[in-house]
Amino acid sequence: MTIKRVPLTGDQAAAEAMRQIEPDVLAAYPITPQTEIVMTFSQFVADGRVKTEMIPVESEHSAMSACVGAASAGARTMTATSANGLALMWEIVYIAASTRLPIVMPVVNRALSGPINIHCDHSDTMGARDSGWLQVYCENAQEVYESIISAVRIAEHPEILLPIMVCQDGFITSHAVEGLEIFDDQKVKAFIGEYKPRFSLLDTDNPVTVGPLDLQDYYFEHKRQQSEAMEKALSIIPSVLGKFNKAFNRNYGLVESYKLDDAEVAVVVMSSTAGTAKAAVDNLRAKGLKVGLLRPRFFRPFPKKVIVQALSNLKAVSALDRSESFSTQGGPLFVELKSALYESDRQPLLNNHIFGLGGRDIDVGEIEDVFKDLIKVAKNNKVERLVNYLGVR
Amino acid sequence: MDELIEIRWHGRGGQGAKTAAQFLAEAALEEGKYIQAFPEYGPERAGAPMRAYTRISNQPIKIHSAIRSPRAVVVIDPTLATSLVLEGLGKDGLLIINSSDSPDELRKRLNYKGGKLATVDANRISLEAVGREMPNTPMLGALLKVFPVVSMEAIEKQVRAKFLKKIGEEKTEANIQAVRRAHSEVKLG
Repeated sequence: MTIKRVPLTGDQAAAEAMRQIEPDVLAAYPITPQTEIVMTFSQFVADGRVKTEMIPVESEHSAMSACVGAASAGARTMTATSANGLALMWEIVYIAASTRLPIVMPVVNRALSGPINIHCDHSDTMGARDSGWLQVYCENAQEVYESIISAVRIAEHPEILLPIMVCQDGFITSHAVEGLEIFDDQKVKAFIGEYKPRFSLLDTDNPVTVGPLDLQDYYFEHKRQQSEAMEKALSIIPSVLGKFNKAFNRNYGLVESYKLDDAEVAVVVMSSTAGTAKAAVDNLRAKGLKVGLLRPRFFRPFPKKVIVQALSNLKAVSALDRSESFSTQGGPLFVELKSALYESDRQPLLNNHIFGLGGRDIDVGEIEDVFKDLIKVAKNNKVERLVNYLGVR
Repeated sequence: MDELIEIRWHGRGGQGAKTAAQFLAEAALEEGKYIQAFPEYGPERAGAPMRAYTRISNQPIKIHSAIRSPRAVVVIDPTLATSLVLEGLGKDGLLIINSSDSPDELRKRLNYKGGKLATVDANRISLEAVGREMPNTPMLGALLKVFPVVSMEAIEKQVRAKFLKKIGEEKTEANIQAVRRAHSEVKLG
């Protein structure tokens, strides 16, 4: 049977998932390149295709505040944002996580100003990596659509109860049309099920207080619980994804390995660039070079065990980061990777390439060069330069 | 058609290069192919030169970068026909330009030594058929004559599906006529 595929951009794919999820509340403010998500969903609301209470707010700070209110009342709640919009909601982003509200937020990755730039990099969500949100990064529009659906069950899992960012690359994914397989509405609704919040401000028989002052007496314990939820998420996410995979015939995990089994060198890269890097792997494999790729889908929690396991037989690895952390010791993905490998007794040689800031295009040839350099690193058993900049003038 | 087909479009903001790139991709999708269509967003200004891209393949498309070595280049605006449009075109490249000039004249002017060069006066065709200069859809007809990546029927179906609701039967038919005329009037050199 041929599968019917429909033309959608990454933004439209996100909106389509949101239509099928039909959250109780959506509060959002438009920002490039996320705008098309809110625009498309607004049309669904206006056309009566969803019963969602849509709150068009005056800023992202208000958007996340409205989400916190709605989710505290027990509503299945969503929003979406990008870059400076995420920056503006910052204060409330932390509050959403610490209040343990399972808000699902598609984020269309865009460079944070300044200098002002509307194109893709991961500086916005990488900045939010310590906010207590789960984060999943998608390679293409199909994965965006499917990850938003699975995100609902991950975030709402009673052992997790954390908000989640579902990230896609601004313009590269969000504004490119691809052919997408869309699941039946009923199948999606059956998978996500009804949201039964454990606590609700509207449940007057069981009154609760949300957001009280939490000083030296309990703040620490609450933070410790958040940390435990993240730790649990590492084992629960694969089981939720297992159910998703079974229901929709997919193969999602915390990470994706590509031609890694007999590889000697590999790159570790997230989002759309992983696709471009797979093409580089294919080209070099055709020439007999043993190269592979590891794509972390989840960055929060950081899937340390599966990553260390997947990289343990490699001679040399490069982490490709689409953001700068200004730590002077590499981008966030590299630093996490290096930290995870510290405890392993089998450590590949490691370097970092920072690429694509502000939407700078990266092509197959540039990634092939990274592989060729890694082969040299492996051969000489020496990392010449720890942090490299790919495609910068 | 197992290989990945990559096509680059040159137009000016507002001329519909993005739309043309998308029509072609969606026509291919209808024919069961895997597709990508995306514009290169710079500063978004009406009239500013811009590029759009179409990828078509029988296999799922992994690459997400801009197209640097296109098989075909379509120039929607005659004033953009400069050496810049030759970028990355190989020996078997196909260059289709909206111009009232002959392929030989353009080949000389651009110093293009590559594969095929075709011209079609899409401005005149759209002016006559539709009543205003809207060269993007006629250029699809011209492209398909030189490089039949999808059937003319599939493109006509796209134009009909996208235009009918917006501009009505008569104007939609006029647009389809413009696509057909460009398809038959394109000159190959």
